[in-house]
Amino acid sequence: MTNPTQEWPLFEIFIRGQHGLSHRHVGSLHAPDAEMAIKNARDVYTRRNEGVSIWVVQASDIAASSPEEKGSLYEPANDKVYRHPTFFDIPEEVGAM
Amino acid sequence: MSDNLFEFLCRMGDNTLVLGHRVSEWCGHAPVLEEDIALANTALDLIGQTTLWLDLAGEVEGAGRDADKLAFHRDVWGFRNLLLVEQPNGDFGQTMMRQFLFDAWHLSQLNALMDSSNTQIAAIAEKSAKEVTYHLERATETVIGLGDGTEESHNRMQAALDKLWPYVGEMFTLDDVDAAMVDAGIAPDPASLRPAYDALLDDVFAAATLTKPQDDFGHQGGKSGKRHSEHLGHMLAQMQWLQRAYPDATW
Repeated sequence: MTNPTQEWPLFEIFIRGQHGLSHRHVGSLHAPDAEMAIKNARDVYTRRNEGVSIWVVQASDIAASSPEEKGSLYEPANDKVYRHPTFFDIPEEVGAM
Repeated sequence: MSDNLFEFLCRMGDNTLVLGHRVSEWCGHAPVLEEDIALANTALDLIGQTTLWLDLAGEVEGAGRDADKLAFHRDVWGFRNLLLVEQPNGDFGQTMMRQFLFDAWHLSQLNALMDSSNTQIAAIAEKSAKEVTYHLERATETVIGLGDGTEESHNRMQAALDKLWPYVGEMFTLDDVDAAMVDAGIAPDPASLRPAYDALLDDVFAAATLTKPQDDFGHQGGKSGKRHSEHLGHMLAQMQWLQRAYPDATW
């Protein structure tokens, strides 16, 4: 038995729109467990034919980077433009990349 | 024959209409947002099914009535829904118990109707069964979750079951209309659905730690239209007032 005053945990919802695409984060909702989270996600996020597959993960199980770390995490990449493949001449025959 | 078929189609359509309206009464009032949306979806599914059943009923009757006319221009004694579905929502647990008791019957009825000799009925049943499979799954999990939940949720679910149990029997009774449907290969004998229904309820109630009442007394008079409970009239007043006040108003 759970404490009745306790709120249902928060789940993050990921939906695959079509076969071959990857799951995309669409939002979050509350549910008593993962099974019901899938059902709730079906009702909340796939009412208009949005999905062929649903993933749910409890929000507390997601490890996230912290905004304060953005200096050390992302800035070193700023001055390394050579990592972008923009310095090649693409032959016309290749067409759109 | 067509009179009996009309009656039968009204029974199917009135069940989904009355329950659909009842469930829609939760819109904006459910205990949590997720349940609110889920209940609204269920209500919309049921109203959609109603349109199919009652349009077909109107076609069979041949008196120029369509689903809207049948839904909004009949009074209590014209309705053929089961007494179970017209019972008030009560608390959320009672609503979900009513849903479970109905869905369990509804799905096996639809599964049987998929083999109906009437191809239009078989087609409606096939489309509806997909929606109702989900309704039953959801109601089952909720009944188990609340039955086997806290002391308070358990007590409320047991009270809901005790209150609604006398309305279960009507789903499995056979009258002249049913007998005519069985003879024509249109619909199953209601009693033939009972063993699977009881088996499902036993499983679910065991998991939900709920006790099925022993008394098999069942109220009658919903599907015959002869003895609806007082609740249906109040519900229809709410549901039909616009068409009553402004007959044939359209969007």
